[in-house]
Amino acid sequence: MSLLEVRDLRTWFHTEEGVARAVDGVSFEVDRGQVLGVVGESGSGKSVTALSVMRLVQEPGRVEEGSRLTFDGRDLLGLTERQMRDVRGNDIAMIFQEPMTSLNPVYPVGDQISESIRIHRGLSRREARSRAVELLRLVGIPLPDRRVDDYPHQLSGGMRQRVMIAMALANEPDLLIADEPTTALDVTIQAQILELLFEIRDRLGMGIILITHDLGVVAEVCDRVVVMYAGQVVEQGSVDTIFARPSHPYTQGLLAAVPRADKRGGRLAVIPGVVPPPTRWPGGCRFRPRCPYAWDLCHQQPGLLAAGPRQLSRCWLVEHPKRRLQVERSGGGFQSRVAGEGGAV
Amino acid sequence: MTERERAGPLEGERSVGGREPGPLDRPTDPEAGLPEAGSDLAPPEPTRAPPEEVRPPRGASGLALALSAVLPGSGHMVSGSVARGAWLLLGWGALLGAAWLGRDVLRQPTALDEWVATITLAASLVLVWGVAMRDLLRARAAAAVTAELDDRVGDSQWAIAGRHFRRNGLAMAGLVVIVILYLVALLAPLLAPFDPIAQGDIVHDSYLAPHGEHLLGTDQFARDMLSRIIYGARISLSIGFVAVAIAIILGSLLGAVAGYLGGRLDSFLMRFTDMVMAFPRLVLLIMIIALFDPSIALIIAVLGLTQWPGTARLVRGEVLSLREHEYIQAARALGFGRSRIILRHLIPNVLAPVIVAATLGIGNTIVLEAGLSFLGLGVQPPTPSWGTLVADGRQNLIGAWWVATFPGLAIVLTVLAFNLVGDGLRDAMDPRLRS
Amino acid sequence: MIHVPWQEPEQLPPAKGDSDLGGRRLEEVEPGHALVDVRGLKKYFPIRGGFLSRVTDHLLAVDGVTFWIGKGETLGLVGESGSGKSTTGRAILRLIEPTAGLVRFDGVDVTAMDRDALQGLRRRAQIIFQDPFASLNPRMTVGDSIREVLKVHRLARGDVADRRVRELLKLVGLLPAHANRYPHEFSGGQRQRIGIARALSVEPDFIVCDEPVSALDVSVQAQVVNLLEELQERLGLAYLFIAHDLSVIEHVSDRVAVMYLGRIVELADAGDLVAEPKHPYTRALLSAVPIPEPGRKRKRIVLPGDVPSPVDPPPGCPFHPRCPHPLKDEECARVVPPLAEKAPGHFAACIKEPALARFQPGAEEC
Repeated sequence: MSLLEVRDLRTWFHTEEGVARAVDGVSFEVDRGQVLGVVGESGSGKSVTALSVMRLVQEPGRVEEGSRLTFDGRDLLGLTERQMRDVRGNDIAMIFQEPMTSLNPVYPVGDQISESIRIHRGLSRREARSRAVELLRLVGIPLPDRRVDDYPHQLSGGMRQRVMIAMALANEPDLLIADEPTTALDVTIQAQILELLFEIRDRLGMGIILITHDLGVVAEVCDRVVVMYAGQVVEQGSVDTIFARPSHPYTQGLLAAVPRADKRGGRLAVIPGVVPPPTRWPGGCRFRPRCPYAWDLCHQQPGLLAAGPRQLSRCWLVEHPKRRLQVERSGGGFQSRVAGEGGAV
Repeated sequence: MTERERAGPLEGERSVGGREPGPLDRPTDPEAGLPEAGSDLAPPEPTRAPPEEVRPPRGASGLALALSAVLPGSGHMVSGSVARGAWLLLGWGALLGAAWLGRDVLRQPTALDEWVATITLAASLVLVWGVAMRDLLRARAAAAVTAELDDRVGDSQWAIAGRHFRRNGLAMAGLVVIVILYLVALLAPLLAPFDPIAQGDIVHDSYLAPHGEHLLGTDQFARDMLSRIIYGARISLSIGFVAVAIAIILGSLLGAVAGYLGGRLDSFLMRFTDMVMAFPRLVLLIMIIALFDPSIALIIAVLGLTQWPGTARLVRGEVLSLREHEYIQAARALGFGRSRIILRHLIPNVLAPVIVAATLGIGNTIVLEAGLSFLGLGVQPPTPSWGTLVADGRQNLIGAWWVATFPGLAIVLTVLAFNLVGDGLRDAMDPRLRS
Repeated sequence: MIHVPWQEPEQLPPAKGDSDLGGRRLEEVEPGHALVDVRGLKKYFPIRGGFLSRVTDHLLAVDGVTFWIGKGETLGLVGESGSGKSTTGRAILRLIEPTAGLVRFDGVDVTAMDRDALQGLRRRAQIIFQDPFASLNPRMTVGDSIREVLKVHRLARGDVADRRVRELLKLVGLLPAHANRYPHEFSGGQRQRIGIARALSVEPDFIVCDEPVSALDVSVQAQVVNLLEELQERLGLAYLFIAHDLSVIEHVSDRVAVMYLGRIVELADAGDLVAEPKHPYTRALLSAVPIPEPGRKRKRIVLPGDVPSPVDPPPGCPFHPRCPHPLKDEECARVVPPLAEKAPGHFAACIKEPALARFQPGAEEC
């Protein structure tokens, strides 16, 4: 049994401008000791998915009827708010993108870590403090017994993110949701944090959901990937298959659009247009208006089709491979960059 | 709406992966992924989606125009915009009513305030008529042009703020009250049934309870309370308005200079501001007024000159943060001069909070003036201001409750209206509070 | 701020290290015909404190930076936050007054320009900002924003200006009808295009691109990068392309300068820099960039610690406290390494790297 099973999750925001279907029928599962990457551009619904799992979606957002969240055999949506509070922090923990704003500036970091320990475990002040020091050591903060009394503003961005991770790990959760944990950090600091997440997973055997827009991070850290677009999962599978044989045009486009330090030259492939606002998803396949392969069939919404062993793709091309060849032969599609030939001018 | 329309300019037949010429109109390598012309056109964003609630009538007919030319608002009624039409009709009627009441004055205005009233009335009538006609003509022009989606003129921040403000019922009510108050103040000679200062028959007519002839009763000297309150509105409102105008202009100027130029000058100006702020205002007012003869001009000056520090700090803060905004940096990079940057780029962007502060400030100033007058330090009798009227009524609160009560209510109503409008403006102009 | 004229850098103490310090220093190279020539540029921000805002300390944002950019060339400037890359870009255009150093634009000293000359410079050198949400005046329509530039520089007015606005919008891939809209009605990528159109309205030769794609999504980022490259080919623009993302920098640049704590630590052709990085910091930076190719397991160099504060930079080599170089010793904490030629056209500021010799493999195989 999976640690977390998400089935047909729909989180809609009922706003003045209409219903924003931010998350619209998302399903996936995470196992213990596994890192699941959730990739997508802004507006794809990946963060709302995470908040829905934590049941932290705020008004006017609502997890709609028929969604199912099963964590360790328990139905999360059936829990009372009080029970859910016990799950948060204790069983499922979350870290956010902005280490600057997710720590309370008026308390020392040690207090903020031990607060959660004391709430969930009923430890004494002193015990909680020594646990906090231990945690700070675990996340690689030098001189943890001194840092424990520092205020957030005395720490650098990378250090703050480590503190956030320490807080998340305080009660040894079974599942860690990391929402863009390295986006606000410099590359060398990002490398430190990713290394740390790896180490923690190996040591504590927890499941991790890593939400990011950076395909490079996914490739380096994750075991399985869910690619989201316009509130839906458009492709999922193991990291190796998705990156080696992306099946959905959106995934292909994303991969082709990333500039690569190790491959220079030519123009970047481009996905035209932008993600439409969630109140106005296009009918049929939601990627259709931006898709180079789009044809008549795409006016019908495709389901998640098996594109290979354990690889699912929400695209008609899976059933009609000829169409792909046809478009590519005429010079379309995301055939990525022109090889060779040195760069600009 | 069909799907095609919904997807808007995003629709997929645009080139992908560079099958069409790029924006530079030259043949290109077919495999290079060019940015397509208009490729990242987002469909209309939600900010401009909400339709206006108060719409000008659609496709106004010639009949409607003709009707409106005679009776503003009637054209709106026949073309389906009932609410707006009703408002216009009401305004038109009220103004004509005022003209009827003050027909004697209008026939031969002599005193300055009578001239002011006459001109205000004429101007207001023209304004209402003009608004009505403009609405209809615009609607007609709009109907004539086939609405081309992309040729639309965008909504400015002001337009959006206006839309949000109009949706706020309380604020709109406050605005209506304020407009009426100012009209009443300006048209006072036309509206007041009696002379507010000349004493009546003290023996028979003093302390008359409200009745048919004196709607709000009379005071100790047999003066009509309604007339005194109407004239009092002129004093109270103009003190509020002028004092705040002085404070805003002075404060904005000092704040903008301090914020934009920074350095020593900034330190000096701000310490000076702190000093003015630290001084107990009421004590200062009492002191100045005790030293000189209290006159309306002095009161306005004192109230204005003690109120600017708040605005100065507000503006300085805004300017400090705006100065670091990239569009100000961009303006410098584009070679714009200092005065152009301040006038065209800084000021319009600090205006919003200043307007809010000013609106709330007027309410406060009216209360302050009333307080001073109540203490006998403000406007001196027999000139009626709402504060002095309340003070007069205090002497016989039990025997003649109406003397203090009605001016008191006028103060409450006015201040409430200004606060409602101020809050409404703040909500409408702050994008963070809009959602 | 007082402007200190350009001086020759002081002679460094001869280093007795594991490698000789030989090799030309970057300062000694005379560029043939550079459009932009920056020599020993410094910017120290005073830190004020106390009662009368006395200057108590200095933040060394840019601490002696030398490079040049040829016509139609792109120089990438990469570094982490606090490395001084943005300050460098702005100091070149005198949006920030440089503390010391020399900036020549087409042979003319920018640091000595008076107001009129500066106005002339603004017609030839422009800047594009990172945040497309903050770099446009929210209260002006797009058309007005561009028209204003044309008016200030007396380039066009009336109908001519309108036509020019439409042309510019088309040039950057927007619709002419967009001129009547306000910035908030556009997406991030579109706003960046508007910023580009406005910068192009003066027909510049040189544009500082200050993190132009960092705030954009991957797919939109590619659109803007392509647009910039295409405009360069078409209009012969030179770019100083500032970014923290090495992948983007490598993609767009001809040559790349890597900055760390206000100094350039390495400068080379983009291809050489990726293939054979000479400075240990560059190597670490390259190895830290995640690559979307899961099979490829690389040896990641994880640097310990954080970037030190630019108020109190470490003595000697600014990188030495975090440096993983096997030959690092106390010399590194003492000698400020010059940006010296380690291979033809390849400059690096590391005294432990032999000058003008091939790089020894070992730490990195990227």
